[in-house]
Amino acid sequence: MIRTEEMLLNVGPQHPSTHGVFRIVLKIDGEVIKEATPVIGYLHRGTEKIAENLQYTQIIPYTDRMDYLAAMTNNYILCHAVETMMAMELPERAEYLRVIVMELGRVASHLVWFGTYLLDIGAMSPFLYAFREREVIINLLNEISGGRLTFNYMRVGGVKWDAPEGWLTKVREFVPYMREQLAGYHDLVTGNEIFMARIKGVGTYSRETALSYSLSGANLRCTGVDWDLRKNEPYSIYDRFNFDVPVFHEGDALARYKCRMGEIEEALKIVEQAAAQIPEEGAIMAKVPRIIKPPAGETYVRIESPRGEIGCYIASKGKKEPYRLKFRRPSFYNLQILPELLEGENISNLIAILGGIDIVLGEVDG
Amino acid sequence: MTDESRTDDLAEEKRKAVEEAKRKAAELRKAREEKKAEADQEKEAPKEEDADLAKKKAAAAAKAKAAALKKKKELEQAGGADEKAKAAAAARAKAEALKKKREKEAAPGEDTDADLAKKKAVAAAKAKAAALRKKKEQDPDEKAKAVAAAKAKSAALKKKSGTGDDEKAKAVAAAKAKAKAAAAAKAKAKEKEEEPEEVKPSLNQPILDRYLAIIRENLGDDLLEDAYINRLAKDVPTLVAKIDSYFKLAQFLKYNELLAFDYLSETHGTDFETHMEIYNHLYSYQNNQSVALKVKIDREKPVIQSITPLWTGANWPEREAFDLLGIVFEGHPNMTRIMMPDDWVGHPLRKDYEPYDVEV
Repeated sequence: MIRTEEMLLNVGPQHPSTHGVFRIVLKIDGEVIKEATPVIGYLHRGTEKIAENLQYTQIIPYTDRMDYLAAMTNNYILCHAVETMMAMELPERAEYLRVIVMELGRVASHLVWFGTYLLDIGAMSPFLYAFREREVIINLLNEISGGRLTFNYMRVGGVKWDAPEGWLTKVREFVPYMREQLAGYHDLVTGNEIFMARIKGVGTYSRETALSYSLSGANLRCTGVDWDLRKNEPYSIYDRFNFDVPVFHEGDALARYKCRMGEIEEALKIVEQAAAQIPEEGAIMAKVPRIIKPPAGETYVRIESPRGEIGCYIASKGKKEPYRLKFRRPSFYNLQILPELLEGENISNLIAILGGIDIVLGEVDG
Repeated sequence: MTDESRTDDLAEEKRKAVEEAKRKAAELRKAREEKKAEADQEKEAPKEEDADLAKKKAAAAAKAKAAALKKKKELEQAGGADEKAKAAAAARAKAEALKKKREKEAAPGEDTDADLAKKKAVAAAKAKAAALRKKKEQDPDEKAKAVAAAKAKSAALKKKSGTGDDEKAKAVAAAKAKAKAAAAAKAKAKEKEEEPEEVKPSLNQPILDRYLAIIRENLGDDLLEDAYINRLAKDVPTLVAKIDSYFKLAQFLKYNELLAFDYLSETHGTDFETHMEIYNHLYSYQNNQSVALKVKIDREKPVIQSITPLWTGANWPEREAFDLLGIVFEGHPNMTRIMMPDDWVGHPLRKDYEPYDVEV
């Protein structure tokens, strides 16, 4: 007679496949997970508390450190919230530069996800390819902002630096290069039978569950919800570009993979169009008062980050510091579904499911 | 001294005065809160004084005008065309300050300076509150104006209740009031510019009206404390629920077939010092519409029903609000800390939070 008993297994917070300092306590029976309890907060830095004593421009570097794989969208959400409150109009060139860097950031972020996810489930070489291409993007962003990951590039009313000479040409040249590489990824991974067998039908949930859990981004679109804030609640100048929103209906890890790979292609389309339309000359900053004081009141805005819906709530009392600043961090919301997905799963699927959600711990912990 | 450096000095003085006045106003605000109960009984007092002292005030005003003219001349000499407008505003403020001073001097002997100052502060605060109440539709400029005016008043008063007998102190008080008045004038000018825009009803007004009609039809009249369009947040229709009907309303918003807010985009709490507040942003994929649902909670006893049974996604955000603000959500499946360690003392995002450290 074989007798099994429940065992507690602790994963993290220093486990490489948790992509940061994420800890999960598993109750397992043999190899089957009975209960999973995520423990977060290891990277909580109190950004929202700190921000209450900072001027709006001073908060921007802190946003870089939330979702450090796609810091441009974080920069944007804060600036966008303040600009919404102050009803500010931005110069054309600034809008285009913002869109280009945000979409490049989206590609870079998805490349990291692609590489590390494949690494998690046992494929080494895609990681090396993905990081090679990501390096090109990082260099481009470094050239325009002076930072490789923490850009601090945007300001309320525009952007800090104009594109250096020849930068836009490099961006235009990058698009076809990236498309070529992407085709290579599909040859290498997407058609791969082992890969398909590994993640097809893993971590499946329904449309209703996804909505109930407030999931967003690819985690929502993989269940058939056609929802992208760039399309459905256009902000900035996204209504000027032609692009599709990849939507799949299976709700499993493979559908999420396809969504994100599709998003890389769509992001490249946007970069291509923006780099073609951008005005040659022009201001990169709107006329902004020296001290930014949004009117008293409150605002909540949301945009589409690579990980989903990132939002920013500001309660202002008309002072130069926010009275209360709150970020709706998509990774934080998306991660909530993990215990439900893991229940009854085999322990070998833990990493495949966790990786599929695509979290960044800096953002989970805020 | 050259003309230029003189203007610079003036500007510097003004800036300093503003800072000083702000600090003083903050102090006053504190005193005001403590004396709120007392103040309610005495609310008629300032009015009576006003009637009694009209004559003296008139005299003071005349004097102030003369002083203002002198000041204006000085400023004109110092150059700068826009200085004129400022000087005018300054004169007005000066007159106000002087008026107040006269009032105070003529007040009955048993009223100490401190008492009077408090009374005045209460009156100012009341005026401010009334102005704010009037502006239900969010109007930051009006608010700013009212606040600036109240601040100028209280700053002037505060000054009077201090020593303030020598010429120097007077000059400082005048400068302070001047700065405040300038701010108020600016706010006024700005308000004028935006007035036509304000008249136009928001495109989302019909949507809000529709929500309200559906809610009234099904749940009656007494669920909402307030409902307005939040112009600062892309014109989102905003509902402020009464604390007792918060869960009922949330439930209705989710399950009513016409509203069907099936997606919770965001939920969090805020400490407004006078009260706590929960802010939810809901979205309906069926109607492609948003609504903000807010509820005000007693700060001393921050308890509210959890909406996690309705939207599972509210689970962690509500734990976050509990952890960082101390709001307790009834009916939540796991009301424990999420960001801070379990043995942490206090709730960091509260405005009165003091870090507790055993080693200090």
